[in-house]
Amino acid sequence: MTGAAVSSEQAGSPRERPTTPSGADALGPKRLGARIQGAVIGDRIYSAAITLFALCVPALLILVAVEIFLGGWPALRRFGFSFLTSSAWDPVNGVFGAAPAIYGTLVSSAIALAIATPLAIGVALFLSEFAPQWLRQPVAFLVDLLAAVPSVVYGLWGVFVLLPVLRITVMPFLRDTLHLGVLPFFSGPAYGPSMLAAGLILSIMVLPYISSVSREVLLAVPRSQREAALALGATKWETIWGAVLPYAKSGIIGGVILGLGRALGETMAVTMLIGNRPQISASLFAPGYTMASLIANEFAEASGDLHLSALMAVGFVLFVITLIVNAIARWLVWQVSRAGGEKTA
Amino acid sequence: MTTAAKPPTRRSGVYPAAARAGKLRRRHAVNALMAGLVGLAAVLATLPLVVVLFYLLKQGASSVQWHFFTNMPKPVGESGGGMANAIVGTLILIGTASLIGLPVGIGGGLYLAERRGSRLANTTRFLADVLNGLPSIVMGIFAWQFLVRPFGHFSAWAGGVALAAMMIPQVARTTEEIVRTVPVSLREAALALGYTRWRTSLTVVLRTATAGVVTGALVAIARIAGETAPLLFTAFGNQFWSTSLNQPIAALPLQIFTYAVSPYDDWHAQAWAGALVLIALILIISLVARVATRGRFATASD
Amino acid sequence: MPPGPSIASPTAQPSALTPLRDSPPPASLSMPPEMPLETPPVISSTGSRSTPAPAPPTEALRRVAPTTVTINTPAKPSAEPTGTPRLSVHGLSAFFGGSCAVRDVSVVLPDRFVTAIIGPSGCGKSTLLRCLNRMHETLPLARVEGQVMLDGQDIYGRAVNVTALRQHVGMVFQRPTPFPTMSIRDNVAAALLTASPRPSRARTDEIVERALRRTALWDEVKDRLRDSAVGLSGGQQQRLCIARALAIEPEVLLLDEPTASLDPLSTQKVEELVYELRRDMTVVIVTHNMQQAARVSDRTAFMLGGELVEVAPTTTLFTTPHDPRTEAYITGRFG
Repeated sequence: MTGAAVSSEQAGSPRERPTTPSGADALGPKRLGARIQGAVIGDRIYSAAITLFALCVPALLILVAVEIFLGGWPALRRFGFSFLTSSAWDPVNGVFGAAPAIYGTLVSSAIALAIATPLAIGVALFLSEFAPQWLRQPVAFLVDLLAAVPSVVYGLWGVFVLLPVLRITVMPFLRDTLHLGVLPFFSGPAYGPSMLAAGLILSIMVLPYISSVSREVLLAVPRSQREAALALGATKWETIWGAVLPYAKSGIIGGVILGLGRALGETMAVTMLIGNRPQISASLFAPGYTMASLIANEFAEASGDLHLSALMAVGFVLFVITLIVNAIARWLVWQVSRAGGEKTA
Repeated sequence: MTTAAKPPTRRSGVYPAAARAGKLRRRHAVNALMAGLVGLAAVLATLPLVVVLFYLLKQGASSVQWHFFTNMPKPVGESGGGMANAIVGTLILIGTASLIGLPVGIGGGLYLAERRGSRLANTTRFLADVLNGLPSIVMGIFAWQFLVRPFGHFSAWAGGVALAAMMIPQVARTTEEIVRTVPVSLREAALALGYTRWRTSLTVVLRTATAGVVTGALVAIARIAGETAPLLFTAFGNQFWSTSLNQPIAALPLQIFTYAVSPYDDWHAQAWAGALVLIALILIISLVARVATRGRFATASD
Repeated sequence: MPPGPSIASPTAQPSALTPLRDSPPPASLSMPPEMPLETPPVISSTGSRSTPAPAPPTEALRRVAPTTVTINTPAKPSAEPTGTPRLSVHGLSAFFGGSCAVRDVSVVLPDRFVTAIIGPSGCGKSTLLRCLNRMHETLPLARVEGQVMLDGQDIYGRAVNVTALRQHVGMVFQRPTPFPTMSIRDNVAAALLTASPRPSRARTDEIVERALRRTALWDEVKDRLRDSAVGLSGGQQQRLCIARALAIEPEVLLLDEPTASLDPLSTQKVEELVYELRRDMTVVIVTHNMQQAARVSDRTAFMLGGELVEVAPTTTLFTTPHDPRTEAYITGRFG
């Protein structure tokens, strides 16, 4: 409802109107006239209340941005641009550079997406195209439940189940049996807590987000697109590959980027699995740090104001990155749903 | 788009029958292969859930006894410890967050649904989506800077506010989606009866959408119930019994984290038990939410 | 069909049952001068009849010409309004954003008459109706210019309380709109929530019963007043909506294609009801069904492209339309 319509409903906004016709007085006694007068005060209160509630959302975002920026400002001012590029993170000597955390965040998220994206699109295709009707709801529910499991529970499971398996079985297998150890990514000792462990747990955690967005987008592809391909004699897979996926492409990319946003900011499970060491190492078997785990791990025991401020500054960097990533993702998904809405309408 | 896009060309008509049959067989084989891969993806995706739940039951079930719900945490080596304070603390935190987050979120959602198309509504919708994707740890340090640092101590209500800040955008968006499914004709019918706009919105539109709005609220509650990161520097955790909003308060996820990273087997067992209780709580809330949704569709399709 | 108006085939021969509603109207009735009745004489495309020279509106209304349509006269003694009209429209235009849905319409809607508005789809008839209780402006980008006078008060005036207005000018929509969360009784009682003082429970029950009896629904639902209203059939739901609109005793009732989604039997019941209602109130009904307009209305307005082409006693409009466009429409050449 537009502002104009609302205001005219509530108060009778000024409108162009001819002057009262001369015959108006002759139209009769004011039987009803007096009874339909009066302002609607309740509506104004209601309108003001919901507007206020809605304004809480932008206000909250601005407040978060301002508070975190102010908190991180001392460190940002002191270290300048080198805060992002320096890999020295030394609370004892008061030198802080966020590069290892930024690197770790990007690498763990990349691992997560590399594993989760094909699986998530597969699940979405299964749910929207292949699965028999009776199976769709239960499987969709299970995948949604993946998103409902708290991060800390994944962390607990990762520490006591995933890490031993990685250390004893998977890492030696990759390094020695498959001889991937010649690559820098799979070299070095297998501790357990590592970039690889964090990436794996993240892939489980972001999968439901990517698959639910993809599924929504796939379901929004108009029937006519599928039927057109099927009518040409295409098999089901040819229909999907040729007609459905191209149509849903940018929406699915939006879903993947949304998953990226989740992966970048995931805290607890990563903190418990990544090893928490501020170093940049090519090996995925080596421990590392992410921005979120750095904050979670050191914030409560920060050694001084500058340390706190540096952690807030890391938070601000994380805030800006996820803000941009989410904005791009939402924009892409919105583009698709709008186009789909227009085409099916 | 290769095979599907091209209409059968005239040339295909002159293919030898055997070649055509071979090509067709290959196409169907690809189709079957991809169907198999997609099914495999579904299995692989649901497998972690099954494995996680299996381990939770295996490791946690033996520790979930009556005293787990009634006793306080005990030092390492003493048996019979529980998480009574953490369970109560989580409920208090959820309550505080809901008290702030639900009215604001539902009110904001009503605004988004009723003023759809207005510039403020479009901006707010977009920002709500963006806010929804912000990492929970960011909410945590925001709440610390905003509500802990100025007061000089950790508190339950700082944790509640951090959780509420996570609820608001989510509840606003689900409320909007549900309210938009209420037919415009119902709203018009109420307005034509001489209902004021607020009465129309609350007694007709929102009431028709109640089940869906409740579902959205429950989903949001289930999500924040397991959040740990926003509580690390706000509610902070507490080894003792405390229900004061102005004091640090224990929470189930915090307790699980503390015990999980500790070196003691006793505490590890407690962490598994706590995780099992937490996931049970979340599952129950999710199931209630699903049942509520089903009820809504039953009445809507009548 | 008790009041029994019916239309024979439009191609029927002139018969003895020609309209009898030719009593002279009181001189007090004056169409606003901008009424589009004074269209210049035009030879209709069939060439079979030439329109007489422009006459004063009142004369035009009185004229009875040879007819090709046979209409049984409704039991109204006269199709001409007597006394002062309570509802009248002056130079009304309605817009959606930049497009104009209703263009400069002026019409008098006499009290205790049923006025039908007919016209092809998209002619603005529903929009005009929705302007009469300010429902139009609830749509996005909607805008209204002009005046609608109700008992001497411009309903678009600054001091007007929209909700109070809508309690006096009730409306029923094309599709039945029972409130799904309320019982049958509560649906009818819903409007009373806004009355002040709010009636007691016993009084509410009385009002509900009376409203349901008026819409001939009482016997069908009296044993399940507590049941959900969505369990009723479509026709019952629509009559429930009319009962709901009647419960607050509106002075004017607006019906927007009330039978468009109903089966013939339900349609008949609603039409009978509309026919009864005009004893108590001003009724305006929008319909795309010309037979229905002929059956239930005393006066009919024909709209085309957002403009009011012609308004006349129903018999006159269907027998001797003044405007060639009206004639083209009622003889089925377009729309």
